[in-house]
Amino acid sequence: METTQLSRNTNTSKIDCIRTVTFTINGQSTQLQLPPWVSLLDALRHHLHLTGTKKGCDHGQCGACTVMCDGKRILSCLTLAVSKDQSSITTIEGIADNGELHPLQKAFIEYDAFQCGYCTPGQICSAVGMMQEGKAQNRAEVQELMSGNLCRCGANSQIIDAIMEVYIPETHE
Amino acid sequence: METINQKQQGKALSRLEGALKVTGAAQYAGEYSAPDLLYGHVVNSTIPKGKIQKIYTEEILKLPGIIEIFTHENRPSLAWFNFQYSDMDAPPGSPFRPLHDAEIKYYGQPVALVVAESFEEARFAASVLKIDYEKEAFTTNFTNQLDDARAPKRGFATLLKPLPPKPKGDFDKAFDESPVQVSADDYYHGTEHHNPMEMHATTTMFEGEGKLTIYDKTQGTVNSQLYVANVFGLSFKDVRVIAPYVGGAFGSGLQPQYQLFMSVMAALELKRSVRVTLTRAQMYTFGHRPPTLQQIKVAAEMDGKITALHHKATAETSRFEDYTEVVVNWGNILYPVENTKLDYELVPVDVYSPLDMRAPGGSTGLHPLECALDELAYELKMDPLDLRLKNYAEQDDSENRPFSSKELKECYLQGAEKFGWYNRSPQPRSMRRGNRLVGYGMATGIWESMTLPAKAEATLTKEGKFRVRSAVTDIGTGTLTVMTQIAADALGVGLDEVEFEYGDSKMPFAPIQGGSYTVSTVGSAVVAACQALRKRLLKIAQKANGSLFETASESKVSLTNGHLSLSEKPDVAVSFQELLTVSGKRMIKASKTNIPNPLTLKKYTRAAHSAAFVEVEVDEELGVINVTRALTAVAAGTIVNPKTARSQIVGGMVWGISKALREETITDHRLGRYMNPNLAEYHIPVHADIHDLDVIFVEEKDDIVNPLGSKGLGEIGIVALPPAIANAVFHATGKRIHQLPIHFDMLL
Ligand code: FES
Ligand code: FES
Repeated sequence: METTQLSRNTNTSKIDCIRTVTFTINGQSTQLQLPPWVSLLDALRHHLHLTGTKKGCDHGQCGACTVMCDGKRILSCLTLAVSKDQSSITTIEGIADNGELHPLQKAFIEYDAFQCGYCTPGQICSAVGMMQEGKAQNRAEVQELMSGNLCRCGANSQIIDAIMEVYIPETHE
Repeated sequence: METINQKQQGKALSRLEGALKVTGAAQYAGEYSAPDLLYGHVVNSTIPKGKIQKIYTEEILKLPGIIEIFTHENRPSLAWFNFQYSDMDAPPGSPFRPLHDAEIKYYGQPVALVVAESFEEARFAASVLKIDYEKEAFTTNFTNQLDDARAPKRGFATLLKPLPPKPKGDFDKAFDESPVQVSADDYYHGTEHHNPMEMHATTTMFEGEGKLTIYDKTQGTVNSQLYVANVFGLSFKDVRVIAPYVGGAFGSGLQPQYQLFMSVMAALELKRSVRVTLTRAQMYTFGHRPPTLQQIKVAAEMDGKITALHHKATAETSRFEDYTEVVVNWGNILYPVENTKLDYELVPVDVYSPLDMRAPGGSTGLHPLECALDELAYELKMDPLDLRLKNYAEQDDSENRPFSSKELKECYLQGAEKFGWYNRSPQPRSMRRGNRLVGYGMATGIWESMTLPAKAEATLTKEGKFRVRSAVTDIGTGTLTVMTQIAADALGVGLDEVEFEYGDSKMPFAPIQGGSYTVSTVGSAVVAACQALRKRLLKIAQKANGSLFETASESKVSLTNGHLSLSEKPDVAVSFQELLTVSGKRMIKASKTNIPNPLTLKKYTRAAHSAAFVEVEVDEELGVINVTRALTAVAAGTIVNPKTARSQIVGGMVWGISKALREETITDHRLGRYMNPNLAEYHIPVHADIHDLDVIFVEEKDDIVNPLGSKGLGEIGIVALPPAIANAVFHATGKRIHQLPIHFDMLL
């Protein structure tokens, strides 16, 4: 087993591969010392205690871990934290503006677009990203482009209703 | 019965915890932290049956960050007796004991827990822990063992899940002599897993002096508390279980799952706080909906009157417990039939015990029943809805007793009207849109409305506000919001004046949250506690101001603007502060246990009903099935909150679509293991699969079911959808598919 040559060491920081990562998280410059194998999702949840970003599979299959990175929606479970050095990340905790809920957040509450709420942060971050991409022209396309975000509670229609309330597709005429 | 002021109930309130959920502030069990937190990662067996020979922990313990590896060899000594591992939902048999001994009972059985300083170290070490096994012969395919089928053992759990009633009349004779018959023995659905979006997690905070605070993903804080105290020999008061937010469960949290055991064991042994979160693949290593094979025979007279019904289900269970569900009992509750034969049998194989999964039994049993009725309607050349109306049950024929209320007929009529059912041309393959065949299908739904004992506490706080508490969880059903509405009405105050606190085993007892009985069970206790508090406050007012309130009764006083006053003469009032002063206490509390009257329960069948109407499109060449619209009309008594209620039904309908067309855990029986334990290959509907879903709540008044007149909604939305979809697929394509999920290749 190739790993057994590492000597027993209960202090992670002594592993010599520790990297320094600097990124902006929800507008705040943040520095972390991390081994390279820590995913962005676990960096957020375990190291920064930003648990709003959820883990539903850890394999890129559910969308619960979606965050915004430099203006694009990404799956934080499939992203190594060290690869996002110098990036700007927005998590669900940073979607509201100084306590004023984002229109999508308001619409989610109004349309009852969640039950357990566990997929919700990912749905909202994904919807923010989808709206910025501006590709979807109608409800069916919004459904398609949001289909990477699963909801086991079956709040699918209300989620799309909430997004459609806020999203005004650009018309290219 | 006392009438309840219904001001808040009936309002379409948004969820009170909404802002916390949309901002990420709501914390779930695996998200609580402690400065010295350790991470546990479970290792699972890679054989389905046999013995552990050796676990090579030595080398792994040398890896960085590794604190300990727990196995059956070094685990602490635990409770001796089976019953100590039992819980409120345990089936008859011997509960599974994690890390009990070297024996492997099923594939994926937890065999070790690696505890490390970081999540990644624990996960890595778990992935390289080598284990030698001695393999034994196994079988996981119950359909190959049908000779082993036998009647289920009875136990505590069968009290709530009655076994089939005795045969009635003479089925064989009546069937043979009836002019129209339908018969099939190949109804089947495979294994399904709950797969809540949040994976099971427990964070155990080691508080010192033998005290634990446990954040657990559960549907019953008291159930988890009971389990931990029994298994680890702790006193109840030292074990506090909190489940503030639960990321879905659908039954997976009805029993304490092994992450709870692992986290608590490690915390006690290491005297540190420990979190154990399962992986998605590990979500397939405990309970599931059991695969079930069913037979059905129905016969009728030429006018459509059903004369004979035989429904038999054979389901999988584990070798160690007899998990049962109510599968075959529904037919004779829904339809009056003089000759019935209802059977339910189990076949034990080498899997983990099945576990209640949203609409257990009902979603299984209604599938063949409602499909057979559709076939019968075609044999009779009768409209399927008219056949149901012809056989409408005015009373529950299986028990020979009335329904506490039943507005199913309204569901049929209003549903058919709004859906446009009668626009359907009955001939299969007769409706199309371009290259897609269009089909309409319908089915009936039923779900029992239970009420269990529960306790609640209502308090007037020193700030002059009201607080109502129960240990119940909110798994996303809207319990917080609905209970706040119920409490506000029972107290006669506005929503802002009441706070409902829940999800903590320290609070008054509530049973596990399942079976669609929470509103009924906890809601009734909340009403009782609030009424008790009003009585107590009046008593104190009488003490303070005897003459003014002397003749007043609880129902004649109001609690408004910080005062208790006479409803008729509002200027006769005493302030809450004065009441507190007179009582000599910091706050005034009342608690009450609601125990449903067993005589009433015996006299009536209490159930919610539904009628589902579905339109499918089937691609003629490719066989791809799409549910383009579906409508469920529901009769479930008083609807406390139309907004959250609608979401419950719509969520159930999505589950119905999923069951009919998507989800199934596939087993490779040569290996005895599940082949698709992940969300990419275990298919559930995505946004693009869900189209127009509509819900009607028909009016239904019920003075018997509970003081709220409200029936549960968690399950009724699912049960009718799978047969309605299968019937619509037949109407579209002319093919009867008796297996679920229905895949396009079955239509080609
Ligand atoms: S947790 Fe990242 S996609 Fe599921
Ligand atoms: S709200 Fe529960 S998974 Fe989407």
